[in-house]
Amino acid sequence: MAAISILQAGPLTSVQDLGRARRRREGIAVGGALDPLAARLTNLLVGNEEGSALLEITLGGLRLRFEDDRTVAWSGATLSARLGEGEIPAGRPAVVRAGEELEFGQASAGCRAWLAISGGIDVPLVLNSRSTDLRTGFGGYVGRALRDGDQISLGSASPPGPRSPRLADWSATAEWTQTAVTAPVLRVVRGSEWDEFVREAQSSLLRESFTVSAKADRMGVRLEGPILKRANDWELPSEAVAPGTLQVAHDGQPILLLGDCQTIGGYPKIAHVITVDLPRAAQLRPGVTVRFQEITLAEATALFLERERSLQLFRVGLSLRGE
Amino acid sequence: MEIVALGDAALIVRVGESLGEVLTTLQKLEAADLPGVTEVAPAFASVAVFLRSPEELAQCAAVIPSILGRRARATNKTRAPRLLEVPVCYEPEFALDLEQVSQHCGLAPQEVVKRHAAARYRVRCVGFTPGFPYLSGLPAALATPRRGTPRTAVPAGSVAIGGGQTGIYSLPSPGGWNIIGKTPLRLFDVNREPPALFAPGDQVRFVAISAEKFAQWQQ
Repeated sequence: MAAISILQAGPLTSVQDLGRARRRREGIAVGGALDPLAARLTNLLVGNEEGSALLEITLGGLRLRFEDDRTVAWSGATLSARLGEGEIPAGRPAVVRAGEELEFGQASAGCRAWLAISGGIDVPLVLNSRSTDLRTGFGGYVGRALRDGDQISLGSASPPGPRSPRLADWSATAEWTQTAVTAPVLRVVRGSEWDEFVREAQSSLLRESFTVSAKADRMGVRLEGPILKRANDWELPSEAVAPGTLQVAHDGQPILLLGDCQTIGGYPKIAHVITVDLPRAAQLRPGVTVRFQEITLAEATALFLERERSLQLFRVGLSLRGE
Repeated sequence: MEIVALGDAALIVRVGESLGEVLTTLQKLEAADLPGVTEVAPAFASVAVFLRSPEELAQCAAVIPSILGRRARATNKTRAPRLLEVPVCYEPEFALDLEQVSQHCGLAPQEVVKRHAAARYRVRCVGFTPGFPYLSGLPAALATPRRGTPRTAVPAGSVAIGGGQTGIYSLPSPGGWNIIGKTPLRLFDVNREPPALFAPGDQVRFVAISAEKFAQWQQ
């Protein structure tokens, strides 16, 4: 079985797919690629199913060698992906030949990137997903982040032709593939405890900026900024939270939850980042400032539907190319 | 009953703190098999409904009240709650905070253990870490506030009291509850189906065991 060799794993590289649904009642996080669109898109670019397993790279620094010819595509943070003398731009399929090395530089902006390889990463399904649950230590590649020297099996895929060009002469839209923007604005809808916050807290959330603290991981991002006060201090019975939930801890500072978040939580939920802005949320790294903009649920729905329509057109485009 | 949005692709159906109401709601929502619903999951006083797309949210919120208004079908599917007996060693090597609980409650350590093991509990919810059961039914006299400084590493299997609840750490994790014993049972194992030992609604009873018995269990 063909494999890739991890020559240098970087700070945190893990195997992910679209996550582990239907297990919340057991307290199991959904997990998966923190930018599910990037996972779907890069998989489509290399001819995989959208839910195939791929690598999630944190802050760059990954170097890997291929045993056989594969098509690859990546997207996400602003970083360089060097292949031989050239570079592979985000969102553009490229052919890697047997024995070649692919090397990701340090991210100059953003936090995470996703690398899809034709055939997908071949790790066992655990609870119906190939995602690594890093907190609990199962799934993915033996339940952990990749290390230098790991050999990771790939699924079978029809190899790129011997005369396939190194780089495709087209790429997916930058809006989807280059998600690390300067001064990100994340759109939110109101949370169930929005009304429990004092008016100043509501306006601070939407007018001021927040800095991503050092407490940032796949579970969530702790933000620092104006104190968001509640009008009361009722204890809330713990209830469901989800990726995108913006909850406010007792110290008045918001925590933006990401894919590996717990299934339930007792902090008040002031707002939620909308589904189409989760890719940008996945790019927040310590030190970056972020703002929030309120939109209605109807607008969030319209944005989602528009994105899915564009993605459908993109799929059709790929099939018409016969790639 | 109140239905609130959880972001743009999920709903929370709040039904109050009765466990029976939560379980009935869960069962009705599952049985309804609503289009676009990917998952239904219970919490303490609510059931969350997760959707494939924000498009389904309004429609789903609109039909839920009538689904919940239906009389629960008393079928064989409404199984009686399971009773799980959980062996616990309350001896000092595992009962790291028994002394503090005893002092806070003004009860001798043996009395704390006796009362903890005599009570009947129900699993309200599974969360915090995979497989961690939050149990209701702790005798009021045993309620003890969480530790001021949480431990950075609590061993899996630790039985603990946090405020008016009791629970069992399913995996090694940080935690602020007062540890009064340890069970040799594995609460979470991905190689088992289902991986979590406990499910919401289960009845639980703790059975005190000796340190020798604990060691035998582990073999």
